[in-house]
Amino acid sequence: MEFKDYYQVMGVARDATEAQIKQAYRRLARKYHPDVSKEKDAEARFKDLGEAYEVLKTPEKRAAYDQLGRGPRPGESFQPPPDWGAGFEFSGAGAGGGGMGGGGRGDYSDFFDSLFGGAGRGRRSRHDEDGRESAASGASKDHHARVMLDLEATLDGGSRTFTLRMNERERVLNVKIPKGILPGQTIRLAGQGSSDGADPKTGADFSAKAGDLYIEVDFQPHPLYRLEGRDLYVDLPLAPWEAALGAAVKTPTPSGTVDLKIPANSHAGTTLRLKGRGIPATPPGDLYVVLEIALPPAVDEAAKAAYRAFADALPFNPRLSLGV
Amino acid sequence: MTSAEETMLTGEIIDEHTLLDVAELCRCCGLDRTYIIELVEEGVLSVTRIDAGDARDAVDPVDAARLDAAQWRFAGTTVRRARTALRLQRDLEINLPGVALALELLEQLERLRRQLNQERV
Repeated sequence: MEFKDYYQVMGVARDATEAQIKQAYRRLARKYHPDVSKEKDAEARFKDLGEAYEVLKTPEKRAAYDQLGRGPRPGESFQPPPDWGAGFEFSGAGAGGGGMGGGGRGDYSDFFDSLFGGAGRGRRSRHDEDGRESAASGASKDHHARVMLDLEATLDGGSRTFTLRMNERERVLNVKIPKGILPGQTIRLAGQGSSDGADPKTGADFSAKAGDLYIEVDFQPHPLYRLEGRDLYVDLPLAPWEAALGAAVKTPTPSGTVDLKIPANSHAGTTLRLKGRGIPATPPGDLYVVLEIALPPAVDEAAKAAYRAFADALPFNPRLSLGV
Repeated sequence: MTSAEETMLTGEIIDEHTLLDVAELCRCCGLDRTYIIELVEEGVLSVTRIDAGDARDAVDPVDAARLDAAQWRFAGTTVRRARTALRLQRDLEINLPGVALALELLEQLERLRRQLNQERV
């Protein structure tokens, strides 16, 4: 198990005041909130942050955590001392329902669990206090998760495996991704919510019927393709002579490499459309190929001579429009 | 519960063509009806259609708030917006007007990013 330096996570000194900790949390939460941040590891950072804040904002937990001393360096192996927790009372926070997937509170690390256990999970039950999340008995067995898909999933409609945390347990789900699903859409998996036992609020037994699982879908940025609605965009670099004279060049598309005809006198920014090669749907999206011109470097004498011949042959002022 | 990998699950897509009434939206988002109504009144969520015999499209939030919530119909993509609103409000402790502003700015940002992407050469 890895030791977590909660002070480092929050970027505060070990003697930071409660006000400073709260301030640091607010600032970092806005920065790394998965709905706001485009940073790659935002989700993980936000989770760590929530966990650190949960410990450092609670005087008892913070005192207990401080007793560990500096402990091993972050990332080093860690075991809680045998007398861990003696004299501290963590149970006040109340065990909230399990958060699952997607940056909710309550999805804490093993390190946190080894120190504070299930009783340390606060805040998740907050929704019961402010009444935003539904407590209606039938619906409370529904679960919500957020997943990041790769673009390939929507293109070929394969299956993906997700590990979701549900009622303090991990569940591995193998889900068929509907072909053509887009970011912002939701997948409903009927009967995959929780099915166990009585409703905690009413005591009524609903075990006969399981709730549903709702998965909000988002996409990871793809190294080649950019998504706009159902259309895809790809940048295609060309040699200057390919752009000027026209050519047939190999172009990646989601369904494989194709030979694309480049019209003569193409310039950087010219966009060619490949109909129906975007996200599958009826009608399917298109693939837009945006042309770029790449210049070969003038590294040796032959290349330099070629550029000079080029300059001699073409009276060309690229700055004509600037009036110089 | 078995943590072993289960058989392949197939789900249904809730997208912009799916029309949900308030009860269905509550269920899909796991949110309380009162909260959904608040979100509509604040303009965070927009009612896509009013189902009052004469189906009307894209309803002004002020109009929507005056009508019976039972007649509201939402596009399926509202699910994500409502969940995002909840997360922002819960995690960042901002109030509803703040959530509305944040969502609008995020949308603008997203639009600009896409524009930038398309023009990127």
